Amino acid sequence: MHDIDRLVQAATSGEKIATSQLISMIERGDPQANTIMGKIAPYTGKAYTVGVTGPPGAGKSTLVDNLVGLCCRAGYSVGVIAVDPSSPFSGGALLGDRVRMNVNDKGRDLFFRSMSAGRAMGGLARTTRETARILDASGRQIIFIETVGVGQSELDISKATDTVLVVLTPESGDNIQMMKAGLLEIADVFAINKADRTGAESIADALQHNLERTSKTKEWTPQIFLTSASLNQGVDALYEGILAHQKHLGTNQRMELHRKSQIRAELRDRIEESLSDRFWQHAESDNNLDRLVDKVWFQKADPQAVAAQIVSIWLQGES
Amino acid sequence: MTRKIRVIMAKLGLDIHWRGAYLVSQFLKDAGMDVIYIGNTFPDQIVDAAIEEGADIIGLSTLCGNHLSLGPKVVELLKEKGLEHIKVIIGGVIPPNHIPQLKEKGLYEVYPPDTPMEAIVAGFNECVDFN
Repeated sequence: MHDIDRLVQAATSGEKIATSQLISMIERGDPQANTIMGKIAPYTGKAYTVGVTGPPGAGKSTLVDNLVGLCCRAGYSVGVIAVDPSSPFSGGALLGDRVRMNVNDKGRDLFFRSMSAGRAMGGLARTTRETARILDASGRQIIFIETVGVGQSELDISKATDTVLVVLTPESGDNIQMMKAGLLEIADVFAINKADRTGAESIADALQHNLERTSKTKEWTPQIFLTSASLNQGVDALYEGILAHQKHLGTNQRMELHRKSQIRAELRDRIEESLSDRFWQHAESDNNLDRLVDKVWFQKADPQAVAAQIVSIWLQGES
Repeated sequence: MTRKIRVIMAKLGLDIHWRGAYLVSQFLKDAGMDVIYIGNTFPDQIVDAAIEEGADIIGLSTLCGNHLSLGPKVVELLKEKGLEHIKVIIGGVIPPNHIPQLKEKGLYEVYPPDTPMEAIVAGFNECVDFN
């Protein structure tokens, strides 16, 4: 039995072991999870969060390492949450982002936490946002959240951070790719990483061309930076570019509006989660489902209609 | 809610041999564990990683003869920080006559060459008590 108050008190004064313990308890769905997050809440809201996303192997972790170095040198206390995929078969994961971090840079005030995505599909783990809140409460001033390597539509990061950095490479595609919906639309800042390879400038041009068209109606035009993370080139400019977006959010109450719309989206997600948990608790004690499978199998009903009917019956029982 | 075992996998000190650590990591992943691979690291860095990552087990891979010096150091540092619940397992080129010494110094399991992978996975699975 953990003494929650003692843990929260230690974590919010920056103690690493307690911070880590709280993160673990939330991650594994401890019965006291809601109590913990309630006690953490008053300490949150101070950190600036940066999401880092892009395709697998684009160099996200190496870029984060460089950015963390710059933040720490500027005197910030930094947190990193790095998410990697779980096996759909075993449920296990190989979390290989920490190995990209420069462990010999002793001056870093850093807390780094790896997470496996589990069954979550949006590029983050189920409790990534809670982990960020705990790091925020523990006094981390800038928090980077690195997603799993994404395709085109894992966009949860845009609901979880103040600024989104999308990392691409010279191999990320042609003009048509640059026009597609999804990933490219959530970026506040772009990095074309591995820019020492050929093709970096042409992809930057294609992207720029597309942004000029789409951002006419918006208040913020994403900037594009060419970087070579492994050579530590172009990262200073990228760092400034990220902070420029933070500054933009800091004016005209934009941060408040931005975060409120995220809270609204998160509440919707949580309501859906909570409803679906309760529904399945009920459904598992009810083996009606087999009979309904047969009904669909014998072409007596359509799955969508059957589902709607099941939910209506359940809701009547609940009220 | 099923609780997943979290493992830190490190190549001890400056040991460059990677195949053993990679292979064991893969098998642990396939057994449903979360394996945080941290590469070449020294005991203080390994313990820092275990703290931040909330590790249940630390796996150390060594093939270059540093097991008697650096292996027990990891256990000592954990003890200093009150983290005795984190088990330390070491594997690699370790002469059989060094095994009792390592166990005496608090290393939970020692896997010399030719240990079957099934035994290693079972060892990792069995050493964590979630209650």
